[in-house]
Amino acid sequence: MTAFFFNVILSEVIKQSFQMEMQGMRFGAPSDFDVPAAVMRNFFGILSTLVLFFTPILTMSVYAEERKRGTMELLMTSPVSELEIVLGKYLASLSLFALMLLPTASYMIFMCLRSDPRPPWSMLAAGYAGVLLLGGSLLALGSFVSSLTENQLIAAVITFAASLFIWVLDIGRSTDSGGGTVLQYLSVIRHYEDFTRGVIDTSNLIYYASFIVLFVFLTVRSVDSMRWRRA
Amino acid sequence: MIEVQDLTKSYGSVTAVDHVSFTVNKGEILGFLGPNGAGKTTTMRILTGYMPATSGTARVAGFDVFRESMEVRRRIGYLPENPPLYPDMTVETYLDFVARIKNVPAERRPARIDDALRKTNLEDRRSELIKRLSRGYKQRVGIAQALVHDPDVIILDEPTVGLDPKQIIEVRNLIKGLAGNHTIILSTHILPEVSMTCDRVVIINKGKIAAVDTPQNLTSQLKGGQKIHIETEAPEKLLRDVLSEIPGASRVVIEPARAGSRQTVTVEAAQGNDIRSQVAAKIVEHGWPLYELHGVSLSLEDIFLELTTDDAAHAQSSS
Ligand SMILES: Nc1ncnc2c1ncn2[C@@H]1O[C@H](COP(=O)(O)OP(=O)(O)O)[C@@H](O)[C@H]1O
Ligand SMILES: [Mg+2]
Repeated sequence: MTAFFFNVILSEVIKQSFQMEMQGMRFGAPSDFDVPAAVMRNFFGILSTLVLFFTPILTMSVYAEERKRGTMELLMTSPVSELEIVLGKYLASLSLFALMLLPTASYMIFMCLRSDPRPPWSMLAAGYAGVLLLGGSLLALGSFVSSLTENQLIAAVITFAASLFIWVLDIGRSTDSGGGTVLQYLSVIRHYEDFTRGVIDTSNLIYYASFIVLFVFLTVRSVDSMRWRRA
Repeated sequence: MIEVQDLTKSYGSVTAVDHVSFTVNKGEILGFLGPNGAGKTTTMRILTGYMPATSGTARVAGFDVFRESMEVRRRIGYLPENPPLYPDMTVETYLDFVARIKNVPAERRPARIDDALRKTNLEDRRSELIKRLSRGYKQRVGIAQALVHDPDVIILDEPTVGLDPKQIIEVRNLIKGLAGNHTIILSTHILPEVSMTCDRVVIINKGKIAAVDTPQNLTSQLKGGQKIHIETEAPEKLLRDVLSEIPGASRVVIEPARAGSRQTVTVEAAQGNDIRSQVAAKIVEHGWPLYELHGVSLSLEDIFLELTTDDAAHAQSSS
């Protein structure tokens, strides 16, 4: 269902990108202007916005559903640790997310094959690495929020609001004041842009990895405390 | 196999389980009998490691349920009050998933799943989606899930609730068949269940243990005890006082009879006291008419009521 919508929206995006590409060619864009690369940046920009809207929906039911069905009682009385439960659920949502990206990747591959000059594959790979890391971060955040409340709607809204908040920390970028840089560093989207330009920077990797580890850790603590919260 | 010592659990100001102690021997079926809200589910959740106790200790196979939770969880199969099912899985994939998280090695899984399906009579439903199953079948999947890793201890929270009479008999037979190889605790608020399936009964009420014994002993304990029904016509207060004074009379309940100013009276007597003749003598002595007098021995049902009826209500009815 969500995958279907995702697909429709993306095919629309791709169509527009193609049109832009065509226009660019018809009106004789300067030859040094790398049209496919620009389209790709544009595409990954839109994709990131979709990620912002879709991750809260993907994660809202992760723990709420488990509690409602009573299956949390099965998991928590089985010989698996909280970390195993949390990682298992996180990797499952990440796999679903990756699966949803798959159709978009096939469009992009198709576009790259047809365009001339052909953008380097590394650029596409870096872009998708960025989407996975961005999505993975928001999924970790969303899973944590889901572990806090049994209400799925509340989980989705809080996740969206929190995601948006850490997204727009980037807003004061133009006014490059000293205090702004720390906040900017914390923005999830700031670290994404390098990827869309085909650059994989270690500092960005570290940022996303820390983000994911932090929220997985918080989720473990939250799941662990469920035992005590029943008191 | 299971030792529970002074187990207490409070939810805020509510004490759900209050200094509960009991033991279960290897291969035994223990019935946990009590009305709703007695603390059965809470006790089972502590034993399975789902939640910690407020105080007291519980050991399963020698391991502390809190400090050595993983060791305990490896050895327990648990059917919670609501069967923990994933509706979008088939019966078989679900059991495979449970076997996996219960650390059943891959090569043993198919055999274990077949065994659990066979014991719960689910072989012909193995490829069906769980959400398409009836209540009774879902309950069986819940039980199969508790058996799939062949645990030493099986804890079943109201396993027959919501089943039809035929299914109830099947489940009881299944549970009886498991005894010996497994140590079983099952909870119920239905009395005949324990007399039919259990070796021993713990009667729990308001978080406290009211009695621990075999169903046979519980019945025979008060077997000599009687309930005497009388129909007479007398001033209520005086009648009550007179009857309560009879040595051995434990409880007097007076209700107005349908016919006129008569009353029906129930007098309960403790074990070994046949007070029928004394009751008759007292009534005749006061010159009251005695329309009817007959005695019945107390059933397990009565004992259960006796043990779990509110003390306040008790005092009220006999004062
Ligand atoms: N999560 C909870 N929070 C607060 N009170 C609870 C909770 N679970 C159970 N109780 C209370 O504890 C008591 C025992 O409940 P429970 O163990 O479910 O009894 P049973 O299974 O015998 O019906 C009841 O009074 C119930 O209201
Ligand atoms: Mg219960």
